[in-house]
Amino acid sequence: MKITDKLIKGKANLEIYSETLIELGLSDKDVLAVTSDSRGSGKLVPFAEKLPEQIVEIGIAEQNLVGVAAGLASTGKKVFATSPGCFLATRSLEQIKNDVAYSNYPVTLVGISSGVSYGALGSTHHSIHDVAVLRAIHNLTIVVPADNFEAREAVKAAAAFDKPVYLKFGKKNMPHLHSGDEVFEIGKAFTIVDGSDVAFIACGETVAPAFEAAQKLHENGISVRVVSMHTLKPLDTDAILKAARECKAIVTVEEHSISGGLGEACASTILEAGLFLPFKRVGIPDEETVAGSQVEIFEHYGITGEGLCNTALKLLNLS
Amino acid sequence: MQKYSDYELEQKSVRYRIALLKYIKRANAGHTGGDLSCTDILNVLYNEVLNVSPGNFSDPNRDRYIQSKGHSVEALYVVLADKGFFPERDLETMCRYKSPYVGHPTRKVRGIEFNTGALGHGLSISTGIALAGKKDQLPYRVFTLLGDGELAEGSNWEAAMLAAHYKLDNLVAILDHNTLQITGRNSEVCNPYPIEEKWKAFGWNVVHTDGHNFAELRKVLNETPTVPGKPNFVIAHTVKGKGVSFMEDIKKWHHRVPADEEFEQAINELKVQLNENY
Repeated sequence: MKITDKLIKGKANLEIYSETLIELGLSDKDVLAVTSDSRGSGKLVPFAEKLPEQIVEIGIAEQNLVGVAAGLASTGKKVFATSPGCFLATRSLEQIKNDVAYSNYPVTLVGISSGVSYGALGSTHHSIHDVAVLRAIHNLTIVVPADNFEAREAVKAAAAFDKPVYLKFGKKNMPHLHSGDEVFEIGKAFTIVDGSDVAFIACGETVAPAFEAAQKLHENGISVRVVSMHTLKPLDTDAILKAARECKAIVTVEEHSISGGLGEACASTILEAGLFLPFKRVGIPDEETVAGSQVEIFEHYGITGEGLCNTALKLLNLS
Repeated sequence: MQKYSDYELEQKSVRYRIALLKYIKRANAGHTGGDLSCTDILNVLYNEVLNVSPGNFSDPNRDRYIQSKGHSVEALYVVLADKGFFPERDLETMCRYKSPYVGHPTRKVRGIEFNTGALGHGLSISTGIALAGKKDQLPYRVFTLLGDGELAEGSNWEAAMLAAHYKLDNLVAILDHNTLQITGRNSEVCNPYPIEEKWKAFGWNVVHTDGHNFAELRKVLNETPTVPGKPNFVIAHTVKGKGVSFMEDIKKWHHRVPADEEFEQAINELKVQLNENY
């Protein structure tokens, strides 16, 4: 994108998930959506209507959801186990670890309505811990798409991948951050805009506010890089170190606890390479998350164009 | 079709018990009591029931066996070795540095379908495989072996409800019901009774068998599905530590490794039962 491009609103990444899964399911009867009474929130009602033989309802039982998904995958089914991220990542953690990752069956775990998408429903329904716990599990790829293009490509890539994947989708309509000509590759970050004063390394629904911050900073003559680190594992360490070498400061942005997520992954990559530069993690701090909608929670913690702009200016000693 | 006489199976079990004790002693690790309680079940499964062999292990039509009580892996290893999945001498590396033969089943070992060991996983996995078999109209059956202490894991009951919902009569869960777990009697740790009524209430066909009677095991495991549309729960009444007098029904043998004299006595007791002609 160009830094001056106006953001154009697209659909929710969850809708793209559903549309893409229908496309995949129509051409391959082994593609299965497995749900835990979650077809509505997963936008999978159209999938169920078009492909009734390819949806497997488990009921509200997330441990069983993942165990059954692993069993199905072991017979060659391409399974998309779909459940709110808050429940999927931790209620089913042992099944993810043993039945899917350790046993190495290529289930795609789809954490829907993730992050703080459920907003004012409260912390029981927030998944700001999922990346932290899942990063520690060997043989699990983690992808958090930023926009509709990344969402579509991530679903297709997961279906074709022979290893377990965790995909994380939010509910909000996302602006387009890609022209659509780019080549999506698991483990290879996108540089949305290039620059050299400060780099925002963001993922998921925080890439758009990072881009808005970049536009504000650009108006003030500051050169900004925005990286969409859609794959949290394996991490694109080349893109992180390139940013650390070429920019004066780095701000990481995530809809996740600042403990154990993207920010810490970037920090350890940079430090282990012997580099040092001004660095700030922006995300949900280690406290009881403030009540409110996703928009209000983002504003509260500075995950907005203005908030991130101010964080960058402070880091560059320009505020 | 019957492949072995009861006497031949009995002789196999004696050899399996000698072998698993030998490898537990060598590794200085293992779940002795539970291995001995499920040895006869595994013997009948692999020699009389499952259409599984090294030659057909990637055949989509093969029967599946998932060992939910993964800690009894030593019994499974010796049976798989006997079936030709790997040379038995490989088990000399069991639990050693870099050995694939670790203390719970892993797919690094040929013949094993899933990495199990954390309890309460096998039934969900088996439900998924059985469901795929129904969807694809494949003839295979899915067998899983549960421990009785394991029934306290809630995930079993999630799977029990779902398997009945989908009418998975191609699924057979066998309970190795030796009545003991690491702390003591099941009924004293977290009472699982009434077991039969619980599974019936969940919509399963429940049958009882003597878990050390080859004729009964062969009949019960080969006859399923007996009730169309119902998953099958086989309560196999077993004795923990079966086959070694001083280990039988004693909780300390859950994962105790025999001392030298105990090992010698155990092997001698078993060798007396061996007929070299079999």
